[in-house]
Amino acid sequence: MKDKPLVSLISAGLSKFGKLEGLYAREIFAEAAKEAYERCPKLDPKKDIKALYVGHMGESYEHQGHTGATMADWAGLLHIPATRTEAACASSGAALRTALQAVLSGLSDVVMVGGVEKMTHRSTADVTEYLAMASDFPFEQWQGMTFPGLYALMATAHMHEYGTTEKDMATVAVKNHYHGSLNPKAHMQKEITLETAMTSRVVAWPLKLYDCSLITDGASCLILTKPELASKFTDTPVHIVGSGQASDTIGLYERESLTSLAAAKLAAKQAYEMADMKPEDINIAEVHDCFTIAEIIAYEDLGFCKAGEGGKLAEEGETRLGGRIPVNTSGGLKSKGHPVGATGTAQAYEIFLQLTGQAERRQVKDAEIGLTHNVGGSGATATVHIYRRG
Amino acid sequence: MSGKEQFTIERLCQGLSQGKLLGGKCVKCRKIHFPPRPLCDKCFSDRFEQVEISPNGKLLTYTIIHIAPSQFQAMAPYAMGIVQMENGLKVPGMIRDVAADKIKIGMSLKIMFESCIPTSNWPQWPRYYFKPA
Ligand SMILES: CC(C)(COP(=O)(O)OP(=O)(O)OC[C@H]1O[C@@H](n2cnc3c(N)ncnc32)[C@H](O)[C@@H]1OP(=O)(O)O)[C@@H](O)C(=O)NCCC(=O)NCCS
Ligand SMILES: [Zn+2]
Repeated sequence: MKDKPLVSLISAGLSKFGKLEGLYAREIFAEAAKEAYERCPKLDPKKDIKALYVGHMGESYEHQGHTGATMADWAGLLHIPATRTEAACASSGAALRTALQAVLSGLSDVVMVGGVEKMTHRSTADVTEYLAMASDFPFEQWQGMTFPGLYALMATAHMHEYGTTEKDMATVAVKNHYHGSLNPKAHMQKEITLETAMTSRVVAWPLKLYDCSLITDGASCLILTKPELASKFTDTPVHIVGSGQASDTIGLYERESLTSLAAAKLAAKQAYEMADMKPEDINIAEVHDCFTIAEIIAYEDLGFCKAGEGGKLAEEGETRLGGRIPVNTSGGLKSKGHPVGATGTAQAYEIFLQLTGQAERRQVKDAEIGLTHNVGGSGATATVHIYRRG
Repeated sequence: MSGKEQFTIERLCQGLSQGKLLGGKCVKCRKIHFPPRPLCDKCFSDRFEQVEISPNGKLLTYTIIHIAPSQFQAMAPYAMGIVQMENGLKVPGMIRDVAADKIKIGMSLKIMFESCIPTSNWPQWPRYYFKPA
C-alpha cells in the first residue's frame, strides 16, 4: 500500500437522480454543486476553486454544447478555466482523470470535477439513437445496432462460453434494486423479485427491461485538492491512491474478446499498480452496470473473481450489502440511474459517502478502500480509480 | 501515399455497392484491415493492397433487438450478430431470412448487399445484411 495519495477529495455533491421534469442540465448541476459547497464549509468556492472539468456526453438532448463554461457559470464559478470532457458514458470518469492530472501538475491546487446529463424529456427512440452515437457509425449504428444490443452480444457470448445464465444477470438487478431502495437519491427506489426481472419484456435478447440501466437526469461533482492541503478544508478527506484509463477500438466487433473489456482490465492494472494494491484489498466498489452483464464482466475484469465466474459471485451474494465485497451500494446505474455524463463522478460520490461514514442505511461498516470502474460505450474507454479513507 | 491510389473507406463502400467485400492488406506486415485504414496499426506502413474477402462466415454471437432507434423501429424485432468471415475478419450486421429461434452460434452465414439509398451527401455508408448460407 502506498503512503502518499495522488490527490484528496474534500467534498462531493449529487443532485437527485430521476425524471427531473422542467429542469435543465445547468440547474441540475447547480444542485450538485450546492451540496458540495455545503458539505465543506471551510471552502470558499469563488476564491479556492481554480478549474472545472465536466463530463457531458451529448449536445443532442438539449441542443446545448459548450458545457464546461456553462456549468462553471451556473455553479457560480465564473471566470475559472472550465473544460468539458467527452468519452460517452465514461465522460466524467475521464473528467476525474483530467482533474487529477491538473492537481498533480501543480497548475491548479483545488479543482471541481463533475458531470451532467438531461435525458428523460426525449423519447426512448431518440435516446437510443443518441446513445448509439458512442458506437461505430458505419458498421454498428448504421446497420441497426443499439447499446442494449451491443451488451446483449456480449451476454450471448458470455452465456455460450461460460454458461452464465439469464438468472445470474437477474440476480445482479435484484441486488442493485435492493441497494437502490436504501438510497434516497436513487431514480427507482424499489426492490424487485427475481421473477419480476426474469419475466420483464425483452429489450435486446437476452437482455430484458430489468437488465438495463435507466434513462435518467442527474448531475454529480467532487472537489479535489493536493493531499497536503486537504486538512485545511476537512478532517475527513478521502484520498485517491490509484488511477487508470485505457482505450480500445470503438467497434465491439474489432476486439479479440467479446466476453471481457480489455480497456477496463488495463485501467484496473494501472490503478492497482499505482496504489500498490490487489483486488483482495478492495472493500467496496461502484462498477459500470449499464447492463447486468456489464457488472458480471466487471467483476472478472477487476479481478474480484476469475473469468467466467462473475455470475457465480453474484449468485453467492458476495457483492450484496453484507457480502465479502459489496458492489454498487448506491443502486448502480440499474437503480440509482444513469445520466450518462454524470455517472463517473456519481460513482466517486458514493465511495466518498461510504469512506466518510455517511452512507446511512447502506453504510458498509469499516470500509477503508473503495474502487470505481466507469466504462464508455461498449468499452472503448474505461477509467478505474482507487480510494482510501483519510 | 507512395504515389499509389489510396484505399479509403469510400473505396470500400464503392466495392460494397458492387457486391464485393474489400479489405486492405498491409504490404509490409500482411495484416488485413477491415475497414481499410491509411496507417497500419501494427507496423505504421501506409501501403496496402486490396483483397477481396469471401462473403461466407460463421456466427460468433447475436441478439434480437426489440427496442430500436426511430429509423429501424418498423423492422423490430430484428436479429443482429457478429460474423467471423473465412479469413478471420469480424463483421457485425443484421441477420435476416431466418426465424429468431433458428439462429445459433456457429451457423454459416453469407453477406448480402443492399443498394445504397443516400440519405445525405455525406456520409453515405452502404447497408448489408447476413442470411443463412
Ligand atoms: C430499457 C429501456 C429501453 C426502457 O425504455 P421504455 O421501453 O421506453 O420504457 P418507458 O420509459 O416507457 O417506461 C415504461 C415503464 O418501465 C419502467 N422502466 C423504464 N426503464 C426501465 C429499466 N431500465 N428498468 C426497470 N424499469 C424501467 C418505467 O419506470 C416505466 O414504469 P411505469 O410504467 O411504472 O411508470 C430504456 O430504459 C433504456 O434504453 N435503457 C438503457 C439505457 C442505455 O442504454 N444507457 C446507456 C448504456 S451504455
Ligand atoms: Zn502493417
